[in-house]
Amino acid sequence: MTILVIADHDNNSIGQPTLVTIAAAQAIGGDIEILVAGEGCSAAGESAAKIGGISKVLVADNAAYGHQLAENIAELIVEIGKNYTHIMSPTTSEGKNFLPRAAALLDVAQISDISGVVSEDTFERPIYAGNAIATVQSTDSIKVISVRGTAFDAVSAEGGSATIEALDIVKDAGISSWVKADIVKLDRPELTAASVIISGGRGMQNGENFKILESVADKLGAAIGASRAAVDAGFVPNDMQVGQTGKIVAPDLYIAVGISGAIQHLAGMKDSKVIVAINKDEDAPIFQVADYGLVADLFTAVPELDALLG
Amino acid sequence: MKVLVTVKRVVDYNVSVRVLADNSGVDLNNVKMSVNPFDEIAIEEAVRLKEAGKVEEVVVVSVGTSACQEQIRTALALGADRGILVETDEENMQPLGIAKALKAVVDKEQPQLIITGKQAIDGDNSQTGQMLAALTGYPQATFASEVELGDDSATVTREIDGGLETITVKLPAVVTTDLRLNEPRYASLPNIMKAKKKPVDVYTPEDLGVDVAPRVKTLKVTPPAERKAGIIVETVEELFDKLKNEAKVI
Repeated sequence: MTILVIADHDNNSIGQPTLVTIAAAQAIGGDIEILVAGEGCSAAGESAAKIGGISKVLVADNAAYGHQLAENIAELIVEIGKNYTHIMSPTTSEGKNFLPRAAALLDVAQISDISGVVSEDTFERPIYAGNAIATVQSTDSIKVISVRGTAFDAVSAEGGSATIEALDIVKDAGISSWVKADIVKLDRPELTAASVIISGGRGMQNGENFKILESVADKLGAAIGASRAAVDAGFVPNDMQVGQTGKIVAPDLYIAVGISGAIQHLAGMKDSKVIVAINKDEDAPIFQVADYGLVADLFTAVPELDALLG
Repeated sequence: MKVLVTVKRVVDYNVSVRVLADNSGVDLNNVKMSVNPFDEIAIEEAVRLKEAGKVEEVVVVSVGTSACQEQIRTALALGADRGILVETDEENMQPLGIAKALKAVVDKEQPQLIITGKQAIDGDNSQTGQMLAALTGYPQATFASEVELGDDSATVTREIDGGLETITVKLPAVVTTDLRLNEPRYASLPNIMKAKKKPVDVYTPEDLGVDVAPRVKTLKVTPPAERKAGIIVETVEELFDKLKNEAKVI
């Protein structure tokens, strides 16, 4: 068995979701190779080679792969993918984009967002917003799998010395082009990598009020998230959304502020180690999953907590 | 220009699903079924393009059992012009099979734009749009929060990790909808009545010559691990103390 892991990277380094995907690949077993496709991505290739337990790193460095356009990356995966038993990627916005395209071109199914490995062809994955866990078995010769970023403990980024092989395969479908990106630069950790998250919901009342979460977040080194209700109401941008249709997170501490706890929000955070809920409605469903619940007006409780944090 | 919109019949988003005692799946008996919410956004986007005069016809397609007629009628009431059902007996249709059926419909209909939801809220796969794009050879603009339709291309803003990205795709293309693309309307009673008279063509996968057999076997479905009950603290001080000294997370 040889597994191909498609790296999520920024051309310089390999992201945490890839280290989690490699952990899932190790649970399956066999040789693991990493594909780093990008433009000017040799540093990312070198950093991939340092990950422990990797036999080979394939680097496809070309302008065609510069913005991870699905049409080009999928063609590349199809070209090399037939040599592998498993093709895996993290469930990031890139992976979600190109991986199903590659699977369909290979005429195989994809198993999305696995949360567990049972055997080399059988996996667990959440369905219905995590309200049920399906154990599914692939009947395809190549298993195409995306891996939930919170489901496995990331492997160490250091300790390996894999060989690096340059791929000179250029796939440019010429049917899509990148125009621009508008990435919000944060001083805080990324939601999916943060060990503490404080999220606001509809109870925040408006976007301006999210400021009261910021001071607490700074003191705890936390990322700031939001419920879908807060995004729907236009308080904050969608990339802050935690839930079934947003980011799936599992930090050590998750503080839900003014969040009622709709099924679709719980789906995104209920694997957090410790959950705190602050809500003035004592019947809010969020209290059913919270380790510590505080029935209080968030506009007094959050500043009080902020003061206690010093 | 013609737009094809896909709809999936799913358990309504307000329903709290229960796993069956024999672990064969979730209980779908007497459960309210609806149009997948992301597909409602897809319908809305297509109808708005028609209202803006950029599109002449909106065709809605569903792949599944005859019960999907209900969701096709909903789409027709929301403004789609006609419907297509690819009817199967298979309850457990999977993304690759659905994409193959849709590809056959695309071959027949030759739309310039195909709009699908970014994921269905039952299987949470997020695959069908991308797979349809692969099989047709069309470009894909997934997780769209804004679509600007030109004559031979579309410029699409996409929701990605950390922010937004704008790409241009040549037409014909597949767009999958994210949450903020638009806010779907409700169907009015007169439009619900009118929808009953709109035509719906029915094909079988055999008619279309496609193999929609499932490739993934579901061995069992179980409830998720329960969290153990927590406690209610009375004051912020108590909360702070618990987090510091009991949970040791701050």
